[in-house]
Amino acid sequence: MSLWEFYARNSGEVLGLVGQHVSLVASSTAIAIVLGVPVGIALTRRPAWRAPVLGLANVFQTIPSLALFGFLIPLPFIGGIGATTAIVALVVYALLPIVRNTYTGLAGVDPAVREAGRGMGMTDWQLLTQVELPLGLSVILAGVRVATVVSVGTATIAAAIGAGGLGVYIFRGVAVVDNTLILAGALPAALMALAADGLLGLAERRFAWRAT
Amino acid sequence: MTTPLEVQGLGYELPGKGKGEAGSGRFLVHDVSFTVGAGETLVLLGRSGSGKTTTLKLINRLLEPTTGEVRIAGARARDLAATRLRRRIGYVIQEVGLFPHFTVARNVGLVPRLEGWEPPRIVERVRELLAVVGLDADTFALRYPHQLSGGQRQRVGVARALAADPPLLLLDEPFGALDPITRVELQREFQTLKQRLGQAMVFVTHDVREGLMLATRIGLMQQGRLVFLGTPQEFRQSDHPESKAFMAAA
Repeated sequence: MSLWEFYARNSGEVLGLVGQHVSLVASSTAIAIVLGVPVGIALTRRPAWRAPVLGLANVFQTIPSLALFGFLIPLPFIGGIGATTAIVALVVYALLPIVRNTYTGLAGVDPAVREAGRGMGMTDWQLLTQVELPLGLSVILAGVRVATVVSVGTATIAAAIGAGGLGVYIFRGVAVVDNTLILAGALPAALMALAADGLLGLAERRFAWRAT
Repeated sequence: MTTPLEVQGLGYELPGKGKGEAGSGRFLVHDVSFTVGAGETLVLLGRSGSGKTTTLKLINRLLEPTTGEVRIAGARARDLAATRLRRRIGYVIQEVGLFPHFTVARNVGLVPRLEGWEPPRIVERVRELLAVVGLDADTFALRYPHQLSGGQRQRVGVARALAADPPLLLLDEPFGALDPITRVELQREFQTLKQRLGQAMVFVTHDVREGLMLATRIGLMQQGRLVFLGTPQEFRQSDHPESKAFMAAA
Protein backbone atom coordinates (compact mmCIF):
# COMPACT_ATOMS: atom_id res chain seq x y z
CA MET A 1 0.00 0.00 0.00
CA SER A 2 1.43 3.36 -0.95
CA LEU A 3 1.60 6.32 1.39
CA TRP A 4 -1.11 8.19 -0.56
CA GLU A 5 -3.47 5.27 -0.40
CA PHE A 6 -2.84 5.05 3.33
CA TYR A 7 -3.67 8.73 3.79
CA ALA A 8 -6.78 8.45 1.63
CA ARG A 9 -8.12 5.52 3.65
CA ASN A 10 -7.26 6.93 7.06
CA SER A 11 -7.77 10.66 6.52
CA GLY A 12 -9.85 11.07 9.67
CA GLU A 13 -7.26 9.44 11.89
CA VAL A 14 -4.39 11.31 10.22
CA LEU A 15 -6.02 14.67 10.79
CA GLY A 16 -6.73 13.74 14.40
CA LEU A 17 -3.09 12.85 15.03
CA VAL A 18 -1.85 16.00 13.28
CA GLY A 19 -4.19 17.99 15.53
CA GLN A 20 -2.87 16.27 18.64
CA HIS A 21 0.68 16.89 17.51
CA VAL A 22 0.09 20.58 16.86
CA SER A 23 -1.61 20.99 20.21
CA LEU A 24 1.25 19.25 22.06
CA VAL A 25 3.80 21.55 20.40
CA ALA A 26 1.74 24.72 20.64
CA SER A 27 0.76 24.35 24.28
CA SER A 28 4.22 23.33 25.45
CA THR A 29 5.92 26.16 23.52
CA ALA A 30 3.38 28.67 24.84
CA ILE A 31 4.00 27.54 28.42
CA ALA A 32 7.76 27.64 27.87
CA ILE A 33 7.49 31.23 26.59
CA VAL A 34 5.39 32.29 29.58
CA LEU A 35 7.93 30.73 31.96
CA GLY A 36 11.14 31.28 30.04
CA VAL A 37 10.93 34.92 28.96
CA PRO A 38 10.52 36.27 32.53
CA VAL A 39 13.38 34.02 33.68
CA GLY A 40 15.57 35.35 30.85
CA ILE A 41 14.66 38.93 31.83
CA ALA A 42 15.47 38.17 35.48
CA LEU A 43 18.90 36.91 34.46
CA THR A 44 19.75 40.29 32.90
CA ARG A 45 18.89 41.95 36.24
CA ARG A 46 20.68 39.37 38.44
CA PRO A 47 23.89 38.41 36.63
CA ALA A 48 24.87 36.08 39.49
CA TRP A 49 21.95 33.79 38.63
CA ARG A 50 22.99 33.40 35.02
CA ALA A 51 25.48 30.55 35.27
CA PRO A 52 23.44 28.31 37.63
CA VAL A 53 20.12 28.82 35.78
CA LEU A 54 21.52 28.31 32.29
CA GLY A 55 23.55 25.39 33.62
CA LEU A 56 20.45 23.72 35.02
CA ALA A 57 18.56 24.26 31.76
CA ASN A 58 21.52 22.75 29.95
CA VAL A 59 21.45 19.68 32.18
CA PHE A 60 17.73 19.16 31.40
CA GLN A 61 18.62 19.36 27.72
CA THR A 62 21.02 16.46 28.05
CA ILE A 63 18.44 14.02 29.44
CA PRO A 64 17.37 11.70 26.59
CA SER A 65 13.74 12.46 25.80
CA LEU A 66 12.53 8.88 26.15
CA ALA A 67 14.17 8.72 29.58
CA LEU A 68 12.60 12.01 30.63
CA PHE A 69 9.14 10.76 29.63
CA GLY A 70 9.87 7.66 31.69
CA PHE A 71 11.01 9.63 34.74
CA LEU A 72 7.86 11.73 34.68
CA ILE A 73 5.39 8.83 34.59
CA PRO A 74 5.49 7.99 38.34
CA LEU A 75 5.26 11.64 39.47
CA PRO A 76 1.94 12.88 40.86
CA PHE A 77 0.04 15.76 39.11
CA ILE A 78 2.57 16.39 36.33
CA GLY A 79 3.22 12.74 35.54
CA GLY A 80 1.29 9.67 34.52
CA ILE A 81 0.30 8.40 31.11
CA GLY A 82 -0.96 10.91 28.56
CA ALA A 83 -0.63 14.39 27.12
CA THR A 84 0.06 16.26 30.40
CA THR A 85 3.30 14.38 30.99
CA ALA A 86 4.34 14.90 27.38
CA ILE A 87 3.70 18.64 27.62
CA VAL A 88 5.73 18.89 30.83
CA ALA A 89 8.67 17.17 29.16
CA LEU A 90 8.39 19.32 26.03
CA VAL A 91 8.34 22.48 28.20
CA VAL A 92 11.53 21.33 29.91
CA TYR A 93 13.26 21.03 26.53
CA ALA A 94 11.91 24.31 25.18
CA LEU A 95 13.01 26.33 28.21
CA LEU A 96 16.73 26.44 27.48
CA PRO A 97 16.65 28.07 24.03
CA ILE A 98 13.97 30.53 25.14
CA VAL A 99 15.65 31.53 28.42
CA ARG A 100 19.06 31.75 26.78
CA ASN A 101 17.89 33.80 23.80
CA THR A 102 15.83 36.15 25.98
CA TYR A 103 18.93 36.81 28.03
CA THR A 104 21.15 37.18 24.95
CA GLY A 105 18.60 39.38 23.17
CA LEU A 106 18.29 41.83 26.04
CA ALA A 107 21.99 41.78 26.88
CA GLY A 108 22.76 42.54 23.23
CA VAL A 109 20.93 45.87 23.25
CA ASP A 110 23.43 48.65 22.52
CA PRO A 111 24.63 50.00 25.90
CA ALA A 112 24.43 53.55 24.50
CA VAL A 113 20.73 53.06 23.77
CA ARG A 114 20.16 51.80 27.29
CA GLU A 115 22.16 54.65 28.80
CA ALA A 116 20.24 57.19 26.74
CA GLY A 117 16.95 55.67 27.87
CA ARG A 118 17.91 55.79 31.52
CA GLY A 119 19.43 59.24 31.08
CA MET A 120 16.15 60.50 29.62
CA GLY A 121 14.36 59.34 32.76
CA MET A 122 12.78 56.04 31.73
CA THR A 123 11.89 53.72 34.57
CA ASP A 124 13.25 50.18 34.52
CA TRP A 125 9.84 48.93 33.37
CA GLN A 126 9.62 51.49 30.55
CA LEU A 127 13.14 50.64 29.46
CA LEU A 128 12.27 46.93 29.43
CA THR A 129 8.95 47.16 27.61
CA GLN A 130 9.67 50.03 25.21
CA VAL A 131 13.33 49.45 24.43
CA GLU A 132 14.88 46.17 25.53
CA LEU A 133 12.08 43.74 24.60
CA PRO A 134 11.31 45.30 21.19
CA LEU A 135 15.00 45.41 20.32
CA GLY A 136 15.65 41.90 21.64
CA LEU A 137 12.50 40.44 20.10
CA SER A 138 14.23 39.10 17.00
CA VAL A 139 16.73 37.12 19.10
CA ILE A 140 13.97 35.91 21.44
CA LEU A 141 11.97 34.72 18.42
CA ALA A 142 15.03 32.85 17.18
CA GLY A 143 14.96 30.96 20.49
CA VAL A 144 11.26 30.25 20.12
CA ARG A 145 11.93 28.99 16.60
CA VAL A 146 14.61 26.55 17.77
CA ALA A 147 12.38 25.41 20.65
CA THR A 148 9.41 24.83 18.32
CA VAL A 149 11.35 22.90 15.71
CA VAL A 150 12.96 20.66 18.34
CA SER A 151 9.58 20.24 19.98
CA VAL A 152 7.93 19.01 16.76
CA GLY A 153 10.52 16.25 16.59
CA THR A 154 10.50 15.37 20.28
CA ALA A 155 6.70 15.27 20.37
CA THR A 156 6.76 12.19 18.11
CA ILE A 157 8.31 10.30 21.04
CA ALA A 158 5.40 11.38 23.26
CA ALA A 159 3.35 8.62 21.61
CA ALA A 160 5.40 6.19 23.70
CA ILE A 161 3.63 7.40 26.84
CA GLY A 162 0.19 7.56 25.29
CA ALA A 163 0.12 11.26 24.44
CA GLY A 164 -0.85 10.62 20.83
CA GLY A 165 0.44 12.70 17.94
CA LEU A 166 2.20 11.60 14.76
CA GLY A 167 4.55 9.37 16.75
CA VAL A 168 1.69 6.87 16.95
CA TYR A 169 2.28 5.92 13.30
CA ILE A 170 6.03 5.88 13.72
CA PHE A 171 5.95 3.54 16.73
CA ARG A 172 3.34 1.35 15.06
CA GLY A 173 5.44 1.22 11.88
CA VAL A 174 8.57 0.29 13.82
CA ALA A 175 6.67 -2.45 15.70
CA VAL A 176 5.31 -4.07 12.53
CA VAL A 177 8.33 -3.19 10.35
CA ASP A 178 6.26 -1.15 7.89
CA ASN A 179 8.10 1.73 6.24
CA THR A 180 4.93 3.26 4.83
CA LEU A 181 3.50 3.56 8.31
CA ILE A 182 6.73 5.15 9.62
CA LEU A 183 6.69 7.63 6.73
CA ALA A 184 3.02 8.39 7.36
CA GLY A 185 4.04 9.80 10.73
CA ALA A 186 7.45 11.19 9.86
CA LEU A 187 6.53 13.12 6.71
CA PRO A 188 3.87 15.42 8.21
CA ALA A 189 6.08 15.95 11.26
CA ALA A 190 8.95 17.04 9.02
CA LEU A 191 6.68 19.37 7.05
CA MET A 192 5.37 20.80 10.29
CA ALA A 193 8.92 21.50 11.48
CA LEU A 194 9.78 23.21 8.19
CA ALA A 195 6.62 25.32 8.31
CA ALA A 196 7.28 26.43 11.90
CA ASP A 197 10.88 27.22 10.99
CA GLY A 198 9.83 29.28 7.98
CA LEU A 199 7.05 31.24 9.67
CA LEU A 200 9.00 32.05 12.82
CA GLY A 201 12.01 32.93 10.67
CA LEU A 202 9.86 35.51 8.87
CA ALA A 203 8.69 36.98 12.17
CA GLU A 204 12.28 37.06 13.38
CA ARG A 205 13.43 39.09 10.37
CA ARG A 206 10.45 41.42 10.65
CA PHE A 207 11.67 42.52 14.10
CA ALA A 208 15.38 42.73 13.36
CA TRP A 209 16.18 46.44 13.84
CA ARG A 210 19.18 47.77 12.08
CA ALA A 211 21.80 49.17 14.41
CA THR A 212 23.08 52.65 13.74
CA MET B 1 15.82 83.13 39.59
CA THR B 2 17.48 80.07 41.06
CA THR B 3 20.78 78.76 39.80
CA PRO B 4 20.19 75.85 37.38
CA LEU B 5 23.04 73.79 38.78
CA GLU B 6 24.97 73.88 42.03
CA VAL B 7 27.52 71.19 42.81
CA GLN B 8 29.06 71.12 46.27
CA GLY B 9 31.86 68.81 47.41
CA LEU B 10 30.79 66.11 44.94
CA GLY B 11 32.61 62.80 45.21
CA TYR B 12 32.32 59.24 43.98
CA GLU B 13 34.12 56.42 45.70
CA LEU B 14 34.17 53.01 44.06
CA PRO B 15 32.22 50.52 46.19
CA GLY B 16 34.13 47.99 48.30
CA LYS B 17 34.12 44.34 47.33
CA GLY B 18 31.92 42.68 49.92
CA LYS B 19 28.33 43.58 50.78
CA GLY B 20 27.83 46.21 53.48
CA GLU B 21 31.51 46.96 53.46
CA ALA B 22 32.95 50.44 53.47
CA GLY B 23 34.12 51.99 50.21
CA SER B 24 37.25 50.87 48.45
CA GLY B 25 39.10 54.10 49.15
CA ARG B 26 39.44 54.71 45.39
CA PHE B 27 37.79 57.95 44.28
CA LEU B 28 36.83 58.53 40.65
CA VAL B 29 35.66 62.03 41.55
CA HIS B 30 36.83 63.92 44.61
CA ASP B 31 35.53 67.11 46.18
CA VAL B 32 34.29 68.82 43.01
CA SER B 33 32.35 72.08 43.43
CA PHE B 34 30.98 74.52 40.85
CA THR B 35 27.82 76.36 39.87
CA VAL B 36 26.41 76.93 36.40
CA GLY B 37 24.07 79.87 35.80
CA ALA B 38 21.36 80.21 33.17
CA GLY B 39 22.84 80.72 29.71
CA GLU B 40 26.24 79.64 30.96
CA THR B 41 28.27 76.79 29.48
CA LEU B 42 30.74 75.10 31.76
CA VAL B 43 33.19 72.99 29.79
CA LEU B 44 34.71 70.16 31.78
CA LEU B 45 38.04 69.51 30.17
CA GLY B 46 40.41 66.70 31.00
CA ARG B 47 42.21 63.61 29.79
CA SER B 48 40.51 60.26 29.49
CA GLY B 49 39.81 58.87 32.95
CA SER B 50 40.04 62.27 34.66
CA GLY B 51 36.48 61.95 35.98
CA LYS B 52 34.59 64.30 33.63
CA THR B 53 32.04 61.75 32.46
CA THR B 54 31.66 60.40 35.99
CA THR B 55 30.91 63.94 37.18
CA LEU B 56 28.11 64.23 34.58
CA LYS B 57 26.63 60.91 35.64
CA LEU B 58 26.70 62.01 39.28
CA ILE B 59 24.67 65.08 38.34
CA ASN B 60 21.82 63.11 36.73
CA ARG B 61 22.31 60.22 39.14
CA LEU B 62 23.19 57.55 36.62
CA LEU B 63 25.74 57.11 39.41
CA GLU B 64 24.88 57.91 43.03
CA PRO B 65 27.29 60.40 44.63
CA THR B 66 29.01 59.01 47.71
CA THR B 67 29.73 62.49 49.05
CA GLY B 68 28.55 66.03 48.40
CA GLU B 69 25.40 67.53 47.04
CA VAL B 70 23.86 68.45 43.69
CA ARG B 71 21.09 71.02 43.40
CA ILE B 72 19.06 71.44 40.23
CA ALA B 73 17.21 74.78 40.12
CA GLY B 74 17.46 74.92 43.91
CA ALA B 75 16.06 71.44 44.59
CA ARG B 76 18.31 68.78 46.05
CA ALA B 77 18.81 66.09 43.38
CA ARG B 78 18.91 63.45 46.10
CA ASP B 79 15.36 64.32 47.24
CA LEU B 80 13.83 63.77 43.80
CA ALA B 81 13.05 60.40 42.27
CA ALA B 82 15.92 59.65 39.87
CA THR B 83 13.59 59.31 36.87
CA ARG B 84 11.85 62.64 37.62
CA LEU B 85 15.21 64.31 38.03
CA ARG B 86 16.53 62.99 34.71
CA ARG B 87 13.49 64.19 32.78
CA ARG B 88 14.38 67.72 33.91
CA ILE B 89 17.96 67.39 32.68
CA GLY B 90 18.79 67.07 28.99
CA TYR B 91 21.44 64.42 28.30
CA VAL B 92 23.48 64.04 25.12
CA ILE B 93 26.15 61.35 24.74
CA GLN B 94 28.84 60.75 22.15
CA GLU B 95 27.24 57.53 20.86
CA VAL B 96 23.89 59.41 20.64
CA GLY B 97 21.93 56.31 21.64
CA LEU B 98 18.87 56.93 19.46
CA PHE B 99 16.33 54.11 19.67
CA PRO B 100 16.72 52.24 16.37
CA HIS B 101 13.09 51.07 16.39
CA PHE B 102 11.68 54.59 16.84
CA THR B 103 11.30 57.17 14.09
CA VAL B 104 13.11 60.47 14.49
CA ALA B 105 9.84 62.04 15.68
CA ARG B 106 9.28 59.39 18.37
CA ASN B 107 12.89 59.65 19.49
CA VAL B 108 12.64 63.42 19.90
CA GLY B 109 9.24 63.17 21.59
CA LEU B 110 10.43 60.61 24.13
CA VAL B 111 10.58 62.72 27.28
CA PRO B 112 7.36 64.66 26.55
CA ARG B 113 5.65 61.28 26.09
CA LEU B 114 7.09 59.97 29.35
CA GLU B 115 5.82 63.15 30.98
CA GLY B 116 2.34 62.48 29.58
CA TRP B 117 1.99 65.42 27.20
CA GLU B 118 -1.01 65.46 24.85
CA PRO B 119 -0.06 63.96 21.44
CA PRO B 120 -0.82 67.13 19.39
CA ARG B 121 1.43 69.14 21.68
CA ILE B 122 4.22 66.56 21.24
CA VAL B 123 3.90 66.68 17.44
CA GLU B 124 4.17 70.44 17.50
CA ARG B 125 7.12 70.40 19.88
CA VAL B 126 8.96 67.84 17.72
CA ARG B 127 8.58 70.01 14.60
CA GLU B 128 9.79 73.03 16.51
CA LEU B 129 12.85 71.19 17.84
CA LEU B 130 13.83 69.65 14.52
CA ALA B 131 13.82 73.18 13.12
CA VAL B 132 15.97 74.36 16.04
CA VAL B 133 18.65 71.77 15.22
CA GLY B 134 18.44 72.50 11.51
CA LEU B 135 16.51 69.45 10.28
CA ASP B 136 13.46 69.76 8.05
CA ALA B 137 10.59 68.03 9.85
CA ASP B 138 8.83 66.97 6.63
CA THR B 139 11.96 65.22 5.42
CA PHE B 140 13.21 63.70 8.65
CA ALA B 141 10.36 63.15 11.13
CA LEU B 142 9.43 59.70 9.84
CA ARG B 143 12.91 58.40 9.11
CA TYR B 144 14.63 55.81 11.25
CA PRO B 145 18.04 56.46 12.83
CA HIS B 146 19.84 54.10 10.43
CA GLN B 147 18.71 56.32 7.55
CA LEU B 148 20.59 59.32 8.96
CA SER B 149 24.21 60.44 8.73
CA GLY B 150 26.29 60.72 11.90
CA GLY B 151 25.84 64.48 12.05
CA GLN B 152 22.08 64.25 11.54
CA ARG B 153 21.87 61.64 14.25
CA GLN B 154 23.58 63.87 16.78
CA ARG B 155 21.28 66.75 15.78
CA VAL B 156 18.38 64.48 16.64
CA GLY B 157 20.16 63.59 19.89
CA VAL B 158 20.37 67.27 20.82
CA ALA B 159 16.72 67.84 19.85
CA ARG B 160 15.70 64.89 22.04
CA ALA B 161 17.61 66.31 25.00
CA LEU B 162 15.89 69.68 24.57
CA ALA B 163 12.40 68.24 24.15
CA ALA B 164 10.92 68.97 27.56
CA ASP B 165 12.74 72.31 27.78
CA PRO B 166 14.98 71.30 30.70
CA PRO B 167 16.75 74.07 32.66
CA LEU B 168 20.00 72.12 32.42
CA LEU B 169 21.72 70.23 29.62
CA LEU B 170 24.53 67.71 30.07
CA LEU B 171 26.63 66.92 27.01
CA ASP B 172 29.25 64.17 27.03
CA GLU B 173 31.60 64.68 24.07
CA PRO B 174 28.61 65.12 21.77
CA PHE B 175 30.72 65.82 18.68
CA GLY B 176 33.55 63.40 19.49
CA ALA B 177 32.56 60.67 17.05
CA LEU B 178 31.94 62.91 14.03
CA ASP B 179 34.22 63.52 11.07
CA PRO B 180 36.25 66.77 11.39
CA ILE B 181 34.15 68.78 8.91
CA THR B 182 30.81 67.83 10.39
CA ARG B 183 32.24 68.41 13.86
CA VAL B 184 33.23 72.01 13.10
CA GLU B 185 29.85 72.58 11.46
CA LEU B 186 27.97 71.34 14.51
CA GLN B 187 30.23 73.22 16.90
CA ARG B 188 29.47 76.49 15.08
CA GLU B 189 25.75 75.82 15.06
CA PHE B 190 25.85 74.81 18.68
CA GLN B 191 27.48 78.12 19.54
CA THR B 192 24.58 80.10 18.09
CA LEU B 193 22.07 77.62 19.43
CA LYS B 194 23.15 77.93 23.05
CA GLN B 195 22.91 81.72 22.90
CA ARG B 196 19.35 81.40 21.64
CA LEU B 197 18.29 78.80 24.18
CA GLY B 198 19.65 80.24 27.40
CA GLN B 199 19.93 76.82 29.06
CA ALA B 200 22.64 76.09 31.57
CA MET B 201 25.03 73.52 30.12
CA VAL B 202 27.80 71.26 31.26
CA PHE B 203 29.84 70.17 28.27
CA VAL B 204 32.45 67.44 28.61
CA THR B 205 35.30 67.27 26.13
CA HIS B 206 38.98 66.44 25.85
CA ASP B 207 39.34 68.74 22.86
CA VAL B 208 40.79 71.97 24.20
CA ARG B 209 39.94 73.97 21.03
CA GLU B 210 36.33 72.91 21.27
CA GLY B 211 36.37 73.82 24.96
CA LEU B 212 37.80 77.29 24.37
CA MET B 213 35.29 77.92 21.59
CA LEU B 214 32.15 76.95 23.50
CA ALA B 215 32.91 77.68 27.15
CA THR B 216 31.74 80.52 29.32
CA ARG B 217 33.97 78.91 31.91
CA ILE B 218 36.35 76.01 31.79
CA GLY B 219 36.75 73.47 34.56
CA LEU B 220 39.89 71.41 34.22
CA MET B 221 39.82 67.95 35.73
CA GLN B 222 42.78 65.82 36.67
CA GLN B 223 42.62 62.51 38.51
CA GLY B 224 39.10 63.12 39.74
CA ARG B 225 39.71 66.64 41.02
CA LEU B 226 38.78 70.01 39.61
CA VAL B 227 42.21 71.61 39.41
CA PHE B 228 41.23 74.80 37.58
CA LEU B 229 37.98 76.75 37.16
CA GLY B 230 37.84 80.00 35.25
CA THR B 231 37.07 81.81 31.99
CA PRO B 232 38.76 80.72 28.75
CA GLN B 233 40.89 83.85 29.02
CA GLU B 234 42.07 82.85 32.50
CA PHE B 235 42.61 79.30 31.30
CA ARG B 236 44.96 80.47 28.56
CA GLN B 237 47.04 82.32 31.13
CA SER B 238 46.85 79.69 33.86
CA ASP B 239 50.21 78.35 34.99
CA HIS B 240 48.81 75.06 36.31
CA PRO B 241 50.92 72.35 34.65
CA GLU B 242 47.84 70.51 33.34
CA SER B 243 46.42 73.72 31.81
CA LYS B 244 49.74 74.33 30.16
CA ALA B 245 49.83 70.78 28.85
CA PHE B 246 46.40 71.30 27.29
CA MET B 247 47.28 74.73 25.86
CA ALA B 248 50.40 73.23 24.33
CA ALA B 249 48.19 70.66 22.59
CA ALA B 250 45.83 73.30 21.16
